[in-house]
Amino acid sequence: MTLLIALTLFVLAVFLGMELITKVPATLHTPLMSGSNAVSGITLIGAMVSAGTDHSTLTTVLGFVAVVLATINVVGGFLVTGRMLAMFSSGRRKGS
Amino acid sequence: MSAADVTSVAYLAAAVLFILGLKGLARPRTAPRGNLLGASGMLVAVLATLLDRSIVDFRVLLAGLVVGSAIGAVLAVRVRMTGMPQLVALFNGFGGGASVLVAGASFLEVVDKGRVDDQLAVAAALTALIGIVTLTGSLVAFAKLQEVLSLRGFRGQGVLRALLAVVAVASATMVVVSPGDVGWFWLLVGAGALLGVLGTVAIGGADMPVVIALLNAFSGLAASTAGFVLDNPLLIIAGSLVGASGVILTRIMCTSMNRSLFDVVFGSMAAGGVVADAEDVYGDRVTSTSAEEVAMILEVAERVAIVPGYGMAVAQAQHAVRDLMRTLNDAGTEVVFGIHPVAGRMPGHMNVLLAEAEIDYECLLDMDQVNPTFAQTDVTIVIGANDVVNPLARTDPASPIAGMPILNVDESRTVVVIKRSLGTGFAGIPNPLFAADGTLMLFGDGKKAVLDVVAALLNA
Repeated sequence: MTLLIALTLFVLAVFLGMELITKVPATLHTPLMSGSNAVSGITLIGAMVSAGTDHSTLTTVLGFVAVVLATINVVGGFLVTGRMLAMFSSGRRKGS
Repeated sequence: MSAADVTSVAYLAAAVLFILGLKGLARPRTAPRGNLLGASGMLVAVLATLLDRSIVDFRVLLAGLVVGSAIGAVLAVRVRMTGMPQLVALFNGFGGGASVLVAGASFLEVVDKGRVDDQLAVAAALTALIGIVTLTGSLVAFAKLQEVLSLRGFRGQGVLRALLAVVAVASATMVVVSPGDVGWFWLLVGAGALLGVLGTVAIGGADMPVVIALLNAFSGLAASTAGFVLDNPLLIIAGSLVGASGVILTRIMCTSMNRSLFDVVFGSMAAGGVVADAEDVYGDRVTSTSAEEVAMILEVAERVAIVPGYGMAVAQAQHAVRDLMRTLNDAGTEVVFGIHPVAGRMPGHMNVLLAEAEIDYECLLDMDQVNPTFAQTDVTIVIGANDVVNPLARTDPASPIAGMPILNVDESRTVVVIKRSLGTGFAGIPNPLFAADGTLMLFGDGKKAVLDVVAALLNA
């Protein structure tokens, strides 16, 4: 990937993110944050390559710690977001 | 199709799933599905990465996945809703930390192989700096929210911070100029770590929503710059989506407090400002009331608004407030909640706390929705909130909170304020609302006071 293509992706994704998030109501800001936070754990896929590549012990160790941290971020983030959103929907059933 | 092609197509699918997921999070009805879409995007990305041919040993990798999943699941299941800001701060930090390590490992590898180019070195330096600031800043925010750390700013902090910033920029430059000396990279990480600590340690509790939103933006940005290091389009796309979301939330929080990001991070209240003397404001004009009297007023009310602040969560009064709402609803009284954007320790926190207490989200009105309705409201109950209902923000241009958007509760016929004392809020200024003609003060613990009112209503 050339730098120019990478920058293009970056800029377009920022604009897309702004468009998507501006529409989220205040009620959902906390789940939005924990959910988007889980998405930022995408570093996980980079960490997996570092941990699995047979380069040096140091890079393997760094990769392992990175996999652990990123997985906590991903798994914990999506689970806790699901927990919160379930509360919002059960509140809805009772109300209607 | 080669394995690399399969991986690329899978990454594209994951990016689409992330976008659809974020789109779904925009409405309560579609949000659970949005979250699932996001999670499946992550699963697709992880499975596709297992096909990567540079992975030769799966043991370390799988061990990491198992350990991380277990810790993440336990944290997510155990956390209480009041502790949500801490948890999100912690997860933010872990994401940032992972990005630093990934950039570090990748940088070391190409340095060993002697194949560093400028683009990679710049991206690695940026990732290291943003990621490590996210990690240590989040850990400090976590400790402050968890109340295990109550450090404040200290003299000379600004100078130290400026010095560290210079060291960080200098070492980042050296990483690019002389990538073979990996010592510069670690110096950069060290300076960034201290910067993250110093940047968050002095930030006060009420500013936490801004800090958490900002750290959220940083964790996304770090993932995105790590994508430049690894030449991975999925990291760039997903990271910038999250970065943009964090930036928007940061801006909303700053606007809601009428504070600039600079003021929050550098720890100053709005410039100048004349603080009125509490004695002048309150004098003998404060009217104290009892639970029975509040119940009598509520009995004849047709429309009631409840304005909760973080004090309600501290008093664990959410469920008592829900009981009050149900009692009033049973008597045919309309009840709505007016929620200020910063009425918690992170954006939207109050809504989650009320949702946990099984209060229908359709009764939760944000500032723009509820403000025009106060004039038609018979009784407004303010519980555990102070600065966000202070009319000085509207009337006194010299006040430290002048211009801050507030909930205009003083427009309703009667205001009942449930509060422990006449103590000040975060801004440290007295609140003329408490001495206004239509205001009754119900002093005491939030939970007990609300339960007393409910009991009085039921006995009537």
